[in-house]
Amino acid sequence: MKALILALVAAAALTPEQESRAHKLEQEIRCVVCQNAPLSESTADMAGDMRALIRERIAAGDSDGEIRGFFRARYGDFVLLRPVFEPQTWLLWGAPGLLLLGGLMALFALRRRGEPVPDAEPDDR
Amino acid sequence: MIAEFGAFLAAVALIASLAQGALGIYAREDARRAAAAKACAEIASVAMAGAFILLITLFVRSDFTVAVVFNNSHTDKPLIYKIAGAWGNHEGSMLLWCLVSAMFGLAMAHAHGNMSRGLWTRALGVQGWVSAGALIYTLVLSNPFARLDPAPFQGQSLNPLLQDPALALHPPMLYLGYVGLSAPFSLALAALIEGKVDEAWARALRPWTLAAWTCLTFGITLGSYWAYYELGWGGWWFWDPVENASFMPWLAATALVHSAIVTERRGSLAGWTILLAIIGFSLALLGTFLVRSGVLTSVHAFAVDPRRGVAVLVLIALAAGSGLTLYGLRAPMLQRATGFTAISREGLLVLNNLGLAVAAGVVLVGTLYPLAVEAVTGRLISVGPPFFNLAFAPFVGAVLLAMPLAPLLAWRRGDPKQALRPLWVAAGVAAATFVLVLIFGRKAWAAIGIGVGAWLVMGVASYLWVRWGRGGKRTLGRFFALPLAVWALTLAHLGAGVFVIGALTETNFRTERAFELNPGQTVAFANRRVTLLEVVDVRGPNYRAARANFRIEGVQARALSAERRVYDAGGAPTTEVGIAPSLTSDLYIALGEPSRGANAGAWIVRLYHNPAVHLIFGGAALIGLGGFVGLAALARRKRTALAPEAAPAQP
Repeated sequence: MKALILALVAAAALTPEQESRAHKLEQEIRCVVCQNAPLSESTADMAGDMRALIRERIAAGDSDGEIRGFFRARYGDFVLLRPVFEPQTWLLWGAPGLLLLGGLMALFALRRRGEPVPDAEPDDR
Repeated sequence: MIAEFGAFLAAVALIASLAQGALGIYAREDARRAAAAKACAEIASVAMAGAFILLITLFVRSDFTVAVVFNNSHTDKPLIYKIAGAWGNHEGSMLLWCLVSAMFGLAMAHAHGNMSRGLWTRALGVQGWVSAGALIYTLVLSNPFARLDPAPFQGQSLNPLLQDPALALHPPMLYLGYVGLSAPFSLALAALIEGKVDEAWARALRPWTLAAWTCLTFGITLGSYWAYYELGWGGWWFWDPVENASFMPWLAATALVHSAIVTERRGSLAGWTILLAIIGFSLALLGTFLVRSGVLTSVHAFAVDPRRGVAVLVLIALAAGSGLTLYGLRAPMLQRATGFTAISREGLLVLNNLGLAVAAGVVLVGTLYPLAVEAVTGRLISVGPPFFNLAFAPFVGAVLLAMPLAPLLAWRRGDPKQALRPLWVAAGVAAATFVLVLIFGRKAWAAIGIGVGAWLVMGVASYLWVRWGRGGKRTLGRFFALPLAVWALTLAHLGAGVFVIGALTETNFRTERAFELNPGQTVAFANRRVTLLEVVDVRGPNYRAARANFRIEGVQARALSAERRVYDAGGAPTTEVGIAPSLTSDLYIALGEPSRGANAGAWIVRLYHNPAVHLIFGGAALIGLGGFVGLAALARRKRTALAPEAAPAQP
């Protein structure tokens, strides 16, 4: 409860630009006592504390990266809903590109089999 | 006795399904074996229906000698939730899975159309194996009819979050969709076993696919709507693994609905359609696994027995493995039809399939990645909404951009200039929307997304306009005489546009704030004045609640109340939000905890202003309605095709 009030008080001190940064960070950092919720969605006291902390750090002049690093050092990778790009997550971040490449290759394989293309047909529906 | 008889009926259904599987696969052209397989499907479905009715009876009678009733029911619970309790748990929902599978078997046994007997009986056989696999799993590892000794006096009640009308309907709908994908799967495997597909097979594939997809659409929409008003978080989609579990099969089924059109009408892409049918059903099984195995911690994961997870994995491996192996062996044998150029309706439908398949793959990787990392390195990582939004949006965006164009292109070889001509109005409206949102909303992504939504809505209007004008004047009579298939496409694509506009507007422009309010206190929020009048204690049938009454003044004056409930059977408090809907937005109030300490007597109140939220659920419902109309179109076409005098008019 106290945390929430603190958060409200701290919120008043931020500029609109800082406020939107805080809001974005709240969506990227996980509430550590909830089952599966970002800080922005959680009603837990703990999440209130963490939200207040984000605003505190922003007011103190930390960059977004520093704030993410701060939470990561404290709670581990688990706390970041946007996983960091590192050897462990290369495959994850590379997956969209790899999947697209695979799909395109399958398509070209299909087309290479060379089917005759007849003239257009009028739509019959 | 009821429970024992229920287990007996389920065992009968298992034996009948095994016989159906064996007879169906080995019937070949033998009419008597085919008839026997059909009879087995009938016996299995009747037995399963009996077993499920008996399970509901046990819940209605609050028979706490049965473990699953004890764990999930309570004598105080309203009747509807006693009934819904039958599938609001692991064991009962697996029995429902088996019931739906048997029912699809029954329907397939009676709807063979003009399919060759070989394809039909083999599809029936594969369906029998699907039912048998699910039944073995249910009876051995999650028997809903298991007894308790000694029997307790009172049950432990259903998770209060699940005591909700939308959630009573959500599981059956979702299961109809999940298990419905077993029908295309069975048809696909039958085609691979036979090594051929025919026109009647492709015709038979479409209604099953469309029916499963429609149920999935409604099931997911109900779940999302429930999350919106029951969880009290103000959101409607969280990229939660459980949501992803239902979303992946939906994406695959959406691709399948479209590729099945090409296969049926043009004869091409048969191999790809078969592959999608296998993938779609495998993803549905994976969804069941993710939700039921307990590997994910969430309200859905009722199963804690690791053997269950392993058993479902074995079932997935059997289904996907046999399907993909057969595919590898037999796909090259499938007849190939005429080709097409990239700019043709087929070409764009291939693009649709590529985009949706990659999107489904991205969701799959993102959902399973944390599990894989934990298994390999022991480290815990999270993959949350920021990843999904970033990795998912480009592919779906590409599909959406191409969407208005596809129905305007000819089959095989389209003329892009001719197809684009009717779309210049849509392009203009989309560009204007983009600029307006950029100026007034000042958010680039919102502007792009809402612009795409406008492109879709106007694009579908252009399609309807073109279609209406084809072959005659645009008279009112001709408008209403447009074929049902045109309306199906119009509704579904319109729904997609409406959904995109709603989703992007809501996520980018919603506002939320927490207040600590004393009774009598007024706060300003989103052009309204919200006053907390009082907080009173109320008593429900099986819960106590603190009910906060609010007065809203300003844009839309009315009274509104929100509750915080504690169920007698225990568990964490749940929220019952107050929602004041207007044409353009919802004002959404969730009551939090009472304040303690210095500020005793005050309450934490969370206010949300959710613009365009109706468009999200309305758009999703329109998509489902499109599927429904599409089914009607297919049914009507079948009747027309059967009537001999109408045969030449058949499209």
